Amino acid sequence: MHIPHGYLNTEVAVGGYVIAAGVCAAAVWKANRDLSEKQIPLLGVMAAFVFAAQMLNFPIPGGTSGHFLGALMLAVLLGPLTSCLVMTVVLTIQCFVFTDGGFDALGANILNMGVVAGIGCYYLFALLRRVLPGTKAGYSASAAIAAWFSIVTSAALCALELSLSGVFALRVALPLMVGVHSLIGLGEAAITVAVLTVLMEARPDLVPGWLPSGKAAVATE
Amino acid sequence: MKRSTKFLIAGLSISLVLAFFLSPLASSLPDGLEKAIEKLVASGRVEEGTPPAVAPLPDYAFPGLKSKWLSTGLAGVIGTVAVFVAAFFIGKAVSRKRSSSTMGMKGD
Repeated sequence: MHIPHGYLNTEVAVGGYVIAAGVCAAAVWKANRDLSEKQIPLLGVMAAFVFAAQMLNFPIPGGTSGHFLGALMLAVLLGPLTSCLVMTVVLTIQCFVFTDGGFDALGANILNMGVVAGIGCYYLFALLRRVLPGTKAGYSASAAIAAWFSIVTSAALCALELSLSGVFALRVALPLMVGVHSLIGLGEAAITVAVLTVLMEARPDLVPGWLPSGKAAVATE
Repeated sequence: MKRSTKFLIAGLSISLVLAFFLSPLASSLPDGLEKAIEKLVASGRVEEGTPPAVAPLPDYAFPGLKSKWLSTGLAGVIGTVAVFVAAFFIGKAVSRKRSSSTMGMKGD
């Protein structure tokens, strides 16, 4: 759902850039304090994986397609602010190298896919983790639900931005965008859970909050 | 081999395989947003829109290559490497902590 060039009006485009810049500044500040050297290769690998996976559009019913976004997966693995930084790197390269997403819409695209889908839905994930059981199933369900919402909320916001820009009317665009993306969200949830499941097996230490120190034997059953 | 090196190699290999071998198979149907614009905008202007900057690999295609497979795959590989390098160096630039001072951080 990268907004192409030439669709947003100046107010929405600038607003997107302002919010994106503010959040990225906060992310840099946080990374400056907390990011350890060990995590840096992980940032690179996750960014590369998200870029590659975003190229893989899968068809969905109704003559349209969708692809994995990865915002929630990044937020779970890297923490919300750092995940937004990584998503910003991916979106910026997609924009300037591949014409995927407009130059004028980059701020809005970061807002939709980095800030709302990543940071916003991370807190939904954190909330679900408290409500649902602390088992692997509970962890996966929390990630799946939050991943589904990450797609649907950013699609809804995308519809809002385009309707504020006068591209189409919100009352027709919103149901259309939310409808299509509630299907794409199922793919997002499945891929997110698949990646987390593989990591829980292979490198549980890379899945924060999954195996608290010393509880490994209990938590894995 | 160190666990972190193994993870790095595995993660990058998977990404490169996806980008080179699978990306040419990706569906070229319009995505959800393009479909909505197609349906709702009377002028039907659905072209990707050309950003003012000259993009080296527009629409994930390596220019001048006849084979779609090679063209998309190569663009995917270049993008994957570029994103890895960019994220790595941005990570390095923004974090000024030394590994010795990061006890208790999630690590191996």
